Amino acid sequence: MGAEVVIKAENVVRKFGDRTILNGISIEVYKGETFVIMGGSGCGKSTLLRHLIGAIKPDSGKVSLLGQDLSVLNEDELDKVKKRIGMSFQSAALFDSMTVGENVSLPLKEHTKLDKNVIDIVVKMKLEMVGLRGFEALMPSQLSGGMRKRVALARAIAMDPDIVFYDEPTAGLDPIVAGVIDKLILDLSKKLSITSVVVTHDMKSVFSIADRVAMLYEGRVLEVGTPSQIKSSKNEMVQQFINGSPDGPIKFFQQKDDYLEQLIK
Amino acid sequence: MKFFEKIGSIILGTLRHVIDVVALFVDTLYWLICGPLRNKFVKGESIFAQMVFAGVGSLVIVIFVSFFTGIVIAMQSACQLARFGANIYVAPMVAVGMARELGPVLTALVVAGRVGAAIAAELGTMQVTEQIEALETMALNPVRFLVVPRFLALIIMLPCLTVFADMMGILGGFIVGVFNLNLNPYRYFTFSFKFMAWKDVWTGLVKSFVFGITISLVGCYMGLKTKGGAEGVGKATTLSVVTSFILIILFDCLLTGLFYFTQQ
Repeated sequence: MGAEVVIKAENVVRKFGDRTILNGISIEVYKGETFVIMGGSGCGKSTLLRHLIGAIKPDSGKVSLLGQDLSVLNEDELDKVKKRIGMSFQSAALFDSMTVGENVSLPLKEHTKLDKNVIDIVVKMKLEMVGLRGFEALMPSQLSGGMRKRVALARAIAMDPDIVFYDEPTAGLDPIVAGVIDKLILDLSKKLSITSVVVTHDMKSVFSIADRVAMLYEGRVLEVGTPSQIKSSKNEMVQQFINGSPDGPIKFFQQKDDYLEQLIK
Repeated sequence: MKFFEKIGSIILGTLRHVIDVVALFVDTLYWLICGPLRNKFVKGESIFAQMVFAGVGSLVIVIFVSFFTGIVIAMQSACQLARFGANIYVAPMVAVGMARELGPVLTALVVAGRVGAAIAAELGTMQVTEQIEALETMALNPVRFLVVPRFLALIIMLPCLTVFADMMGILGGFIVGVFNLNLNPYRYFTFSFKFMAWKDVWTGLVKSFVFGITISLVGCYMGLKTKGGAEGVGKATTLSVVTSFILIILFDCLLTGLFYFTQQ
């Protein structure tokens, strides 16, 4: 693919105390594609995402977003980059004290000089895109989990970003709502040619939305490829993960021999 | 050796908190003063909302507390002063005591318990539910967006509340003086203001200004560094109230000392 690289992580290492969460991760995401990062719980997916959006600085290594090295930017320049990305959080992270409409309009009110009427129209359009037009006046606490995630999505695309990051967009949702969200992600990237980076361990959505998939395990990238390449991967860990089998090279339970020892200690 | 290690780690931990709070203070002042120069204003409506919550919302309880404190000081001092036949001195006793000390301190304690706790709980919940992070990814600085309005609201409203507290305390003393000690109402007031100098009032207001800074910064700091779900929010709230109480008394002592030794 000769497409433009919009996100580039080079050898990113991050430690929390003694634990190494990210152990030298390098990925590239091309303009307009939907890139899925998958992996088991605690493998560093969300931490990687936070590095990609510049929320955390890596211990070593480099992250570039939209062609700019995040580590050398000052606060103002970083803000400028942040205005061109959107993020939909795992817990939706809507502001409880604001209505749905205010949540979506907040970035517009703060960062643009648009007239209030124009902002209202934009908010209605964004809510229409996620199928929630007419819900402007409700408070986040009055919405269901799926609706909250959709509002969060509307907020993430409020500024017409170049890249949207999704942290587990379908986790904890029923299959239909999950399907709706997957379709939304696809629509957004096809219609608005937004680059999407999705962190998930929902296999169904991985194979329905991804252009390319990266599999993470213990802070390393195991394999990167198209969904069909991943499906036919020879790597046993990747196979175990996509098939969800409890037996395989990825151990869920600790070794049995020290179990007895720990019990009687 | 263990013992000294423990003391050392406690001191270092406290020092780190102090440094972080001072850093938050500097950051707040930066956004307050330099923000508008960079065309990044703090929203008037959110300052106003915080002022209503912190100030108007606390008014009734402040009035209640200071009114009864005024009555108590009057009764307690009357008991002693009666021995010298100096009942009339109840008036300046209450007035000066309220203006210098009890007005600012009691108001600050009430506000620390009510507003400081609410700030810590709100920001703490926002922190553990990723809302603070969401603000940051939208390129909205949490200090400018959340801390500065609360800071401004408290440093404006706490002195205002203190003025009310002073007046209500004096009113409480007045009621005891007139109805119980049978002092002449007119004489009660003239005597009060004969002894109560401007300095008594403004030193009290300076104190409440400092307490306002303390309560807002401690509340915001505890809230923003909350970790670990509902339990963390509870801890942050408790810690913010306890820390505010201790710091209020500490700063009260320091400021009183300062005014005391510089009065010559």
